[in-house]
Amino acid sequence: MKFWISAAVALILAVAAALTVKNEYFFFAGYVVLQFVVLATAWNILGGYAGYVNFGTGAFFGIGAYTAVLLVKSLGLPLGVQIAAAALVGAALGLGVGLLTLRLRGIFFSIATVAVAIILQTAIFNWRYLGGATGVQILRPEVTPPFDNYIKMLFVVGTLLAIVAVAVARYVETSWVGRGLRAIRDSEEAAECTGVPTLRLKLLACVVSGALMSAAGAPLPMYQSFVEPDSAFSLNYSVSALAMPIIGGTAHWLGPVVGAVLLGTIQQLVTVTISSELNVLVVGVLLVLFVVAAPEGIVGLTSRLWARFFK
Amino acid sequence: MTISRRSWIGAALAALGIAAVPAFAQQGPIKIGIGISQTGTLGGGGKAALLGLRMWVEDVNQKGGLLGRKVELIAYDDQSNPATTPGIYTKLLDVDKVDLLIAPYGTVPTAPIMPLVKQRDLLLMGNFSFQVNHTVKHDKWFNNAPWGDASSWTKGFLEVGQKAGAKSIAFIAADQEFAQNLANGAKAVAKQTGLKTVYEQNYPPSTVDFSSMIRAIRNAKPDMVFICSYPNDSVAIVRAINEIGVGPTVKLIGGGMVGLQFTPIMESLGSSLNGIVNYTSYAPGMKYPGIDEFLKRYHAKAVEAKVDPLGFYLPPFNYAIGQILEQAVTATKSLDSKTLAAYLHSHEFKTIVGPISWGPDGERAKPTVPMIQFRNLKDKDVAQFLQTGKQVIVYPPQFKQGSAIVPYDKARKAK
Amino acid sequence: MEFSFDLLKEALIFGALLGCFYAAVSVGLSVSFGLLDVPHIAHPAFMVLGAYGAWLLGTHGFDPIVAGVVLMPLFFAFGVAMYRFYYETFEKRGAEVGVRGLAFFFGIAFIVEVGLILAFGVDQRMVEAPYIGRSWEIGDMRIPMRMLVAFATALVLTGLLAAYLSRTFTGRAIKAVAQDEAALRLMGVNPVRIKQWAFGIATAVTTAAGAMLIVVGPVDPSMDRIYIGRTFCVVVLGGLGSMSGTLIAGLILGISESLVLTFFGASWAPAVAFGLLLLVLGVRPQGLFGK
Repeated sequence: MKFWISAAVALILAVAAALTVKNEYFFFAGYVVLQFVVLATAWNILGGYAGYVNFGTGAFFGIGAYTAVLLVKSLGLPLGVQIAAAALVGAALGLGVGLLTLRLRGIFFSIATVAVAIILQTAIFNWRYLGGATGVQILRPEVTPPFDNYIKMLFVVGTLLAIVAVAVARYVETSWVGRGLRAIRDSEEAAECTGVPTLRLKLLACVVSGALMSAAGAPLPMYQSFVEPDSAFSLNYSVSALAMPIIGGTAHWLGPVVGAVLLGTIQQLVTVTISSELNVLVVGVLLVLFVVAAPEGIVGLTSRLWARFFK
Repeated sequence: MTISRRSWIGAALAALGIAAVPAFAQQGPIKIGIGISQTGTLGGGGKAALLGLRMWVEDVNQKGGLLGRKVELIAYDDQSNPATTPGIYTKLLDVDKVDLLIAPYGTVPTAPIMPLVKQRDLLLMGNFSFQVNHTVKHDKWFNNAPWGDASSWTKGFLEVGQKAGAKSIAFIAADQEFAQNLANGAKAVAKQTGLKTVYEQNYPPSTVDFSSMIRAIRNAKPDMVFICSYPNDSVAIVRAINEIGVGPTVKLIGGGMVGLQFTPIMESLGSSLNGIVNYTSYAPGMKYPGIDEFLKRYHAKAVEAKVDPLGFYLPPFNYAIGQILEQAVTATKSLDSKTLAAYLHSHEFKTIVGPISWGPDGERAKPTVPMIQFRNLKDKDVAQFLQTGKQVIVYPPQFKQGSAIVPYDKARKAK
Repeated sequence: MEFSFDLLKEALIFGALLGCFYAAVSVGLSVSFGLLDVPHIAHPAFMVLGAYGAWLLGTHGFDPIVAGVVLMPLFFAFGVAMYRFYYETFEKRGAEVGVRGLAFFFGIAFIVEVGLILAFGVDQRMVEAPYIGRSWEIGDMRIPMRMLVAFATALVLTGLLAAYLSRTFTGRAIKAVAQDEAALRLMGVNPVRIKQWAFGIATAVTTAAGAMLIVVGPVDPSMDRIYIGRTFCVVVLGGLGSMSGTLIAGLILGISESLVLTFFGASWAPAVAFGLLLLVLGVRPQGLFGK
């Protein structure tokens, strides 16, 4: 119950901000942070709970963006439909990738996910209708009231998506699915021996994770008014989606949220004030630091400190 | 990397000399914002262009600024990467709160922000883009480049080729906004004039090895080869042409290769450029009012800033953007996009690159694209480009310095 | 596209030269990942680092191949240190390692890439050498000299490494440590020191390969991304740890890429390596010569 109350509060705050705050850049940068909350949470379902490290977040994100482009260019469908369609495509891709690669161990799975990203990107290179390597310009439709500005509306949409993603992750974590995934992460052989349906659970995690990542990508064309494959499928999304849960903590659904908000905000600040390369460097350095020194992430650290000082 | 506002103000003040600073109105400066490549494939041109712009800012501030207010230029590096420009221009508008916008140098970084400026209904001064407004059709776009549509660009090249008896043509184009716009237009013109296309290939912008493509072209035996490329690829293609060879049938090769106008690239390619026929915006021998004096002043500053020392291609045209804004703002006494756009559409402007006026699409009303043939170039020699006879203007008639030597193999060795 | 046998011949030859280069670039990974089981996603990033090192020395007048050789000892030490750190932090602790080890190298790869951007900018870098820009004319064909030089160096490098691994004691110990660590210990050899040494050699070889990278064409910091596909494709296709497998796999990849480039266009070329990799993983994950 506590969760749903805080979710509702977050949504109300987002709408209130959209109706009152004047500076558009706040929403422009804030949307990116929310986008990463979804990506990080989605990544963690497969990466944190099940232990399968997905390097191909860019593939799902990009395919979500291009599904939206296709729907907008050919049929002019509204944003809500684009997001739903993107989620379906992402789920299908997750299923496909899962069937193809989940038999492979550790690093092979990860490399295979990178391969999927590049192959999809190359496919877009060769699809002139979607712009090829040149990219495609998107004109936004009229914004629906009560919002006076499309970016502010996207900000609220982003908040909704983030809430949905976190709710899904929380459900997965606390249900029998989560228990099964954790068993797989700890020892896949043992889990199989005790009758856990490992392949089905892993596929489920892939499908859910993929659907959420693609849903996060769907508003991108509207957000930027321009999409091109190099940046839509970029490995940068993969690094961030992986670093944020690791920094925040992979065991609990709160971890990716903390990681995304913290790292995402730092990234936006660095981009505005210094440069955009430095923000990738920040991600890389923090990732390595946490992986080496604090593998339980911020959430893990704080609960340990809490236990030490207050129990 | 961003160019911080503070360091720019410092440099501007130092350049003006504190004693010479006139009293500016108390309203605060007029801010002009631009994202312009200082690194990446377009960086060589972008650095020179920015210097040209800054020269205008200095000049106008020395005369008392615009509308009595100091002019401040806020510039960020877009790294020639189109993914950065929406963020940069949103920042310029919402964080830096600029009054006027100048487009990035080049079509590829400009394409992403066209929907943005159209939706916010803002004036955008174009900076050497090609047909970047053709889908969005924004009515407040004004491009400084000397070209208009594809036929204005290809006319010189195709005419020279066909006069020499060319019947077939091959196209290579990068898969990006500029090259695709130009290649599509060129292919249409070629079809109309009865040329047969024997080979066409698009390549992703990140391609570094062109030996396979050049080999395929040689195999197809075209009379003309029209190339639409950006600086990194242009360099790689020129090297591949010299390494692999295009075969004896090619009469004319070049056309739309960006980067072969940047002095550092011309210097590093040297003799490998010989024989190539390519577009430019200015070459020594073209007479415009005020250009010689500008280039001399530019040269001094460029050498100091370690930037393209000759400044033939972009700097005069960027200075011209400043001149146009100056005239329009002073005449309308306004910074409002609608007012300025109406004035720009209905007047002709005097600049150091001649008179400029636009058609309803925001491109030049009277476009003319000079075509030059590189001849008799030596390696590692910058000063040679100041002489005539190195970039021989073969088109248009009013600037013509000589006829193109064909075929390409003969032109490579010509003196 | 017009098909002609001349074109096919040239594409095959170019592909073979390119393929040998790909093999040399991957042979270090065959050792570090194939034999030592280190999830070395940062391998291509180290190669690009080597390329920039060669460029830096090139600005002081060094020929790139010479620069590559000169840099080898430096990168050997770097490799040893890196492995030591990885071992102490991850491998010692056991199986949970999987995610963290992978994430660690992923982070390192990005740090190297961005570090290069911050140090040198995003611009492409090239070197000049008497063999870059000229070609060897045989009949109607023109074969670029830079490819021949890269090909020759690649053969020498791969040959030396293969000889080292099969003829010297340390080399054989490296191969043994992958198969049976306990047996090695019983022989009085410290497996950790062997692995360290091997990783150092792998890194040094990769640096020399990086020097060849800048001979073959211009480099920029983000090139490591496409080479993840190429190097892992070669290593997996060849069979982990097999030197001859790496060479053959490299040739297969090089020729495939060349054929696609010539007959299907440059817009499909980026997918060849990754596509081949997925194919291998799906059909025969142990590769051609793996166990």
